[in-house]
Amino acid sequence: MSKYYLNYLDELESEAIFILREVWAQFENPVILFSGGKDSILVTHLAKKAFYPAKIPFPLMHVDTGHNFPETIQFRDDIIKDLGVELIVGSVQESIDDGRVAEEKGKNATRNALQITTLLDAIEANNVDCAIGGGRRDEEKARAKERFFSHRDDFGQWDPKNQRPELWNIFNGKHFQGEHFRAFPISNWTEMDVWNYIKRENIAIPSLYFAHEREVVKRQGTWIPYSEFLILEDHEEIITKKIRFRTLGDITITGGDESDADSLEKIALEVAGMRNTERGNRSDDKRSESAMEDRKRQGYF
Amino acid sequence: MLDNNQLLRFTTAGSVDDGKSTLIGRLLYDSKSIFEDQLESIKNTSKKKGHDGVDLALFTDGLRDEREQGITIDVAYRYFTTPKRKFIIADTPGHIQYTRNMVTGASTANVATILVDARHGVIEQTKRHAFIASLLQIPHIIVCVNKMDLVDYSEAVYNKIVNEFEEISSKMLVTDVRFIPMSALNGDNVVNKSENMSWFQGAPMLHTLETMHISSDINKVDARFPVQTVLRPQSVEFIDYRGYAGRIASGVFREGDEVTVMPSGFSSKIKSIDTLKASLKEAHAPMSVSITLEDDIDISRGDMIVRSNNKPEAIQDIEVMLCWLNNKPAKPRAKYTIKHTSNDQKAMIKEVVYKFNINTLERVHDNKELGMNDICKVKIRTTKPLMVDSYRENRTTGSVILIDDATNETVAAGMIV
Repeated sequence: MSKYYLNYLDELESEAIFILREVWAQFENPVILFSGGKDSILVTHLAKKAFYPAKIPFPLMHVDTGHNFPETIQFRDDIIKDLGVELIVGSVQESIDDGRVAEEKGKNATRNALQITTLLDAIEANNVDCAIGGGRRDEEKARAKERFFSHRDDFGQWDPKNQRPELWNIFNGKHFQGEHFRAFPISNWTEMDVWNYIKRENIAIPSLYFAHEREVVKRQGTWIPYSEFLILEDHEEIITKKIRFRTLGDITITGGDESDADSLEKIALEVAGMRNTERGNRSDDKRSESAMEDRKRQGYF
Repeated sequence: MLDNNQLLRFTTAGSVDDGKSTLIGRLLYDSKSIFEDQLESIKNTSKKKGHDGVDLALFTDGLRDEREQGITIDVAYRYFTTPKRKFIIADTPGHIQYTRNMVTGASTANVATILVDARHGVIEQTKRHAFIASLLQIPHIIVCVNKMDLVDYSEAVYNKIVNEFEEISSKMLVTDVRFIPMSALNGDNVVNKSENMSWFQGAPMLHTLETMHISSDINKVDARFPVQTVLRPQSVEFIDYRGYAGRIASGVFREGDEVTVMPSGFSSKIKSIDTLKASLKEAHAPMSVSITLEDDIDISRGDMIVRSNNKPEAIQDIEVMLCWLNNKPAKPRAKYTIKHTSNDQKAMIKEVVYKFNINTLERVHDNKELGMNDICKVKIRTTKPLMVDSYRENRTTGSVILIDDATNETVAAGMIV
């Protein structure tokens, strides 16, 4: 006898596949925003499922801050080769060189906010009318209000108080020239769901997620990886620790956790026991109480 | 065990004073779904605002405007997981001016939780919330009789409220209603069983949510497959492959089934049901699959594959219960885009039959203007037939939205009568 219901991971998977197919059907020129982090890898994996046996019918777009983990770039290039899809790169360095944005100053300077301009420029230059992202509603309080199909005006801005109502499984992607949408197929997944699914499907992820020895600096209570971009203070010292990263952002802002989890099973166990939120180690979110909402309004991921 | 864990979506309706945010905070806190850095941040805010202890309601704070005004404006989604199930809470505001947000949150819910303040009993707002739950055909309702601590945990007060609610719910189309006396503030009967109400024989709220039967919430009888897109791989290996991609809206499809494609009416047999992992002998709602047929038929987005011996109606004149969502009122005889499953057509509201006064639940026949938050029965005419079931039988093939072509905004949600 078969059971005629799905378990929660299968239901989340089916929902995400449905969204990805809606995007393909409703838009002319969608892309997947690919950062090399686990959420965008998951979205790419789900896109593979959504269009099989055809290949993923849209490009991946990477906003390259120049402050990458080398492992992330290697992973990105491998996955592009494996899937046989096009890669579009928007370069923050080019935006700086063109005078579109100015580099932040000081020891906590990052290129996080600069990405917004590069992203919106890349969307415009490539006539993208829907950018698919790996954002999840459980990540952050502004993201909890995000729609699956999220409208952006012709300046790329989000108006959280004036969003289109989204009912049942009917999605309205209608838009005028110059406007675009962001689509979030994994809106309803939590961090734990993502790890349980990656483990179940045995999805390849960058080595950075697994515990490894690394040169790090203690800053604001977290282990920041040492890199050529990091400006050291006099009292700061570089030491080697066994750490892993719970999220991946720029190498300058992503803090690692001390960990021995070197397999997907161990990671899932570790995440289940975690007592702090995933973005707690991201200095980009620590700047103010509405840091994410403010960036999202301007056009952030 | 993980394999059988289901996903349950529930909606909470209530105003600030009902203790809705406190209830959600309590559910998350007692089920250990709150992280330490979140708790720390809430503790600081509580202290700043001059509360003693932790104000659990702060867990549901969202956008800056909502924090400043202390209200929920939009639907916010919360997540938690227990060893038995994963839960999605659609947290919606309860005031009358946010009816549209309640309708949105209710559209996908398995369970509606309706909060009643034990001191006030069933009030107009309770009726409105119950009405929306029945209109949206949420399969299960849990009435949370909250703030029992303020009425000395009195069984008599609780029984009176149960009777009051049953008086109104007996007139509505609801099948499964349960009542739980609780104090969200003190944690009675939310996650843990109350020690103050030994007279209550039922289970606490979380246990109820974890164990109630939801597998039958989706229609498993009428096989409906709206085609989202056609998959035509360019590779040599799959040169002749033509797969119809979609999510099964209801029912079960099996390899070899006699099917009909609507609206063309052509028949064929299912050749295969494919996914990346494997081809399946059978598939059911709400699975996303790709279906191939024995015969070469012209099929595109908006068509629906159904079993030949069980077809939906293909009609152009549709009676709909409509909830108006936009601040611009409906224009008489105006044309809209109507979206039904994967099918888009043009439509015109021909007639408003009656409007509900959503406080008294009476039908109003003399004022037929359709403004924001109004709920009306209307007659709609579409340019081409839609393949519909009644919303009562099928929430997926029985629902539509209207889009204003001048603004591209979603202006109305409709349930086919």
